[in-house]
Amino acid sequence: MKLRHLFPALAFWLISLPSLAELSIQITQGIDNPIPIAIVPFSMQGSGILSEDVSQIVTNDLEQVGEFRALPPSNMLGLPSQESEVFFRDWRILAQDYLLVGRIDQAPGSQLVQVQYEFFDINRELKLAGEVLTGSVAQLRDIGHEISNVVFEHVTGLRGAFTTQLLYIVSDYVSPELTYFRLEKSDYDGQRSQVLLESQEPVMSPSWSPNGQDVAYVSFETDLPRIYIQNIATGQKRQITNYPNINSSPVWSPDGTKLAMVLSKDGSPDIYVQDLVSNELVRITNHPAIETEPSWTPDGRTVVFMSDRTGQPQIYQIALGASAFDVERLTYDCFQCAKAKFLPDGVNLMHVRRETRQNPSYQIAILNIETLRVITLTDTSLDESPSLAPNGSMIMYATKYNGRGVLDAVSIDGRVKFRLPSTQGDVREPAWSPFLN
Amino acid sequence: MAKQSMQFLKVGLIISLFTLAACSSSSDVEDATEGNQSASGNNSGSSATTNPGGSGNQLTQDQIRAQAALRQTIFYFEFDIAEFDAGDRDTLTFHARDLATNTGKRIRLEGHADERGTREYNLALGERRANGILNYLIVNGASRSQIEVVSYGEEQPAVSGSSEGAYRQNRRVEIVGR
Repeated sequence: MKLRHLFPALAFWLISLPSLAELSIQITQGIDNPIPIAIVPFSMQGSGILSEDVSQIVTNDLEQVGEFRALPPSNMLGLPSQESEVFFRDWRILAQDYLLVGRIDQAPGSQLVQVQYEFFDINRELKLAGEVLTGSVAQLRDIGHEISNVVFEHVTGLRGAFTTQLLYIVSDYVSPELTYFRLEKSDYDGQRSQVLLESQEPVMSPSWSPNGQDVAYVSFETDLPRIYIQNIATGQKRQITNYPNINSSPVWSPDGTKLAMVLSKDGSPDIYVQDLVSNELVRITNHPAIETEPSWTPDGRTVVFMSDRTGQPQIYQIALGASAFDVERLTYDCFQCAKAKFLPDGVNLMHVRRETRQNPSYQIAILNIETLRVITLTDTSLDESPSLAPNGSMIMYATKYNGRGVLDAVSIDGRVKFRLPSTQGDVREPAWSPFLN
Repeated sequence: MAKQSMQFLKVGLIISLFTLAACSSSSDVEDATEGNQSASGNNSGSSATTNPGGSGNQLTQDQIRAQAALRQTIFYFEFDIAEFDAGDRDTLTFHARDLATNTGKRIRLEGHADERGTREYNLALGERRANGILNYLIVNGASRSQIEVVSYGEEQPAVSGSSEGAYRQNRRVEIVGR
């Protein structure tokens, strides 16, 4: 059995304030034949009552992504906590495919816990995984999410994204003169949110650095939109740009050495790339129309952007180093296509789509640029800011629900949806982190 | 000499712009705009320069109109349209003249969009709207150095909600003193 220590850098969590607007997940659409899994409530050894229910965290994780349906503990014929107590026949009778059991040990008076878990394939009567995870009481959620990662990967073959995080913007209206804008970070499921920045002027466009340590964003705190980079752990920030007019849409290159951005210092918004080491600024587009919303192709050699040079927003791309006239148009079949980014395959283009002039309704869609097939994933009317999970399984995006800004997620095949409702303010512009460990 | 011909050119430009405004506003059937500016159905009172021998009474009328125009500081836009409403030309001309007269005055043009469409495009759209007004003010006598332009995109709606009425009030450029 393996022993692992989880996330030594607990220090992060003490720095910033917990947010008032805790998000919690609602599953809004699941698949027809989810995989049946039995997650037995973990037994507790030693004294004390823990603040988090690890097996419940795993249950929530696996059900949220829609692929799994957990057996209610009240239907279980026994509550094993380790391999020697497992009778596969019991679980076959209940038509379960997989079984997770575990126990938590806490030494009296200690802040350290040991979580031992074992994961079984019931049909093959096989133990697929088992280990002991050690951490502090405050890390119980991380431990739960880590177990979810292991289970998810064993069953789907895909790396789990349950220990990833979100950045997003909250706008909290107080009075006509006062709105608070906050940059917040939370777990992927909206839990444990923290405020990274609070301002009475707008904050926009959070973007993760590829190593997950920094965030670039736009803040109007000087009364003008300027780009900043902030270290997530220390909270230290520095202003990156101070050009006249719009400074917006910072997006890190895949290797983390450059920042694509939008500047209108030369008349109209165009795409620029700033080298973060040499500070050299290179102009990428040169057109009197609006060019904005840059993103990088997975190889980091080409920048995708939106331009309204034909009268309406459409998606284009241009290779770094190419002439500003050497632009390739990627979308033709929509009235407006915007905010595009390639999936890791470099073929499927995630974007925001308005089909017709008559219907000002915006959805998240994926265009295959080879087959030109379009899959529209959402069906609400104000969907924007799509952001892909690092394992490519889901897209988080912003929409409106009951007049409030909320974050929704949809699986890449459109079959599963879940929502993170906020208890306070309008939530928007989600940015899904890279893998953080 | 050169200065005089410049002045002449400027006046000529204003007159032609007024004529243009009168033409387009007469065909304009949009709903009433903000403020108590009277619709300029004709151009008779639009400028003292077009009415030779204007009496003192008329001058007062013109002053009243100017004051009313200067009270209108919010200009609304149609959906997906970056050009300001033709009916606002007269009002903006008074603002331009005010800036030309009071050279120490500084203003900020704050451009806004409604929530439809992507945020970063709306940020750019708000700037395009404000720039349209900026250019008009400069052509009509204001100095570039008097005016700062900033776009807030859809980040600071005047009215919350997703109704057409809210959207109409949120697509705007505001003139703010500074």
